[in-house]
Amino acid sequence: MSDHHHDHGHHPHPISDVQARARALESLLRDKGLLTPGAVDTLVSAYEQDIGPLNGAKVVARAWTDPDYKQRLLEEGSGAIRELGFGGLQGEHMVVVENTPEVHNVVVCTLCSCYPWPVLGLPPVWYKSAPYRSRVVREPRAVLAEFGTELGDDVAIRVWDSSAEIRYLVLPERPAGTEHLSEEELAGLVTRDAMIGVQKVEAPA
Amino acid sequence: MNGVHDMGGLHGFGPIRPETGEPVFHQAWEQDVFASVIALMAQGVYNLDEFRHAVERIGAAHYLDSSYYDHWLSAAELVLCEKGLIDPAELDRRIADIKADPDAHARPPAGDADPLAEALTQGLQAGLPAHREVAAGPRFAVGDRVVTNNLQPPGHIRLPAYVRDKPGVVVMTHGAHVLPDTHAHGGDESPAHLYTVRFDGDRVWGETAADRPAANHVDLWEPYLSPA
Repeated sequence: MSDHHHDHGHHPHPISDVQARARALESLLRDKGLLTPGAVDTLVSAYEQDIGPLNGAKVVARAWTDPDYKQRLLEEGSGAIRELGFGGLQGEHMVVVENTPEVHNVVVCTLCSCYPWPVLGLPPVWYKSAPYRSRVVREPRAVLAEFGTELGDDVAIRVWDSSAEIRYLVLPERPAGTEHLSEEELAGLVTRDAMIGVQKVEAPA
Repeated sequence: MNGVHDMGGLHGFGPIRPETGEPVFHQAWEQDVFASVIALMAQGVYNLDEFRHAVERIGAAHYLDSSYYDHWLSAAELVLCEKGLIDPAELDRRIADIKADPDAHARPPAGDADPLAEALTQGLQAGLPAHREVAAGPRFAVGDRVVTNNLQPPGHIRLPAYVRDKPGVVVMTHGAHVLPDTHAHGGDESPAHLYTVRFDGDRVWGETAADRPAANHVDLWEPYLSPA
């Protein structure tokens, strides 16, 4: 971005305060041998290219199609998720909670931004924001409605606040009418927001 | 710490605003901050709990009025200056140099051999498990009724205010985990048994609260709990 700064020549400061502070931190750490350009590239590309909600979708699709796997997943989340090759930072201690017609689970971190990175990637801005963190523990039905999710009054909503190093993944309900779909096709239906618990998985139109 | 970071149940923050097609990072500087914070933690410059507590201490007004990666940047500046790894005057000079010349100190392309990058790749896979083996068994079992203690220390704690001094039921035990309260302040792990506790929404929010959940679940360490 920095090589385009002359395009903004009418601005007195072509680099913002926060940009300058970030560059200052990053460059001082390089000077001190605590950071390298390769380290930055490695970490950024891991979460931009490799680690994201598609991982979690594969876990969900496997659970929908393999009852033994689903049982292992609900009993010992980290081990079952590791079977599919996913685990590590911010997913060391995984717990999977299952949505049913009677119970709907939704996950938050009210104190900061804890989120199961190996299966969902880095969290979206709204998940880290004050409105979500303050409201979903108190009025989850209203929050879900803002995501287009209407639940009947007979559905019990359980909110999981990730206050420790346990990381929660919601196992959404498999939508009706998907019996003919393959595991891979099912994974394509599973959204990040369904695995946080603010949406349901929809059958293909 | 009774800080603005402890947001569960607060009113007044308005609607949630999801972004369609949201990128992983919105701006290049966020990538630098993310990588800096993770690389320092992986190298043991600070631990996760120290960093979380630094985020809590960036200033209440700034916390509410800045973006997420600005929180991380502010917390990294704070903790690195406190640890003496960066001199505040040196940081100010570097920022001023970059504002005077936006190309100054730009990150060069990655080199071929990079042991730190390789170590980080392995570190992401291994993670930083918080579970520890301890001799003492858990004080509580699944099904036990507990009440959260009324703890309001000025330092780091992971007992959200909305479930402070509230009755609940243990629904999961997780063995002993590193205790953030001490780990954030000097690095002593003091592992303590960790439990998932279920709180009845009626008790947390009041029986007349509109739209309260059936249950709130919070992960709590043994020192936060007493038998009910």
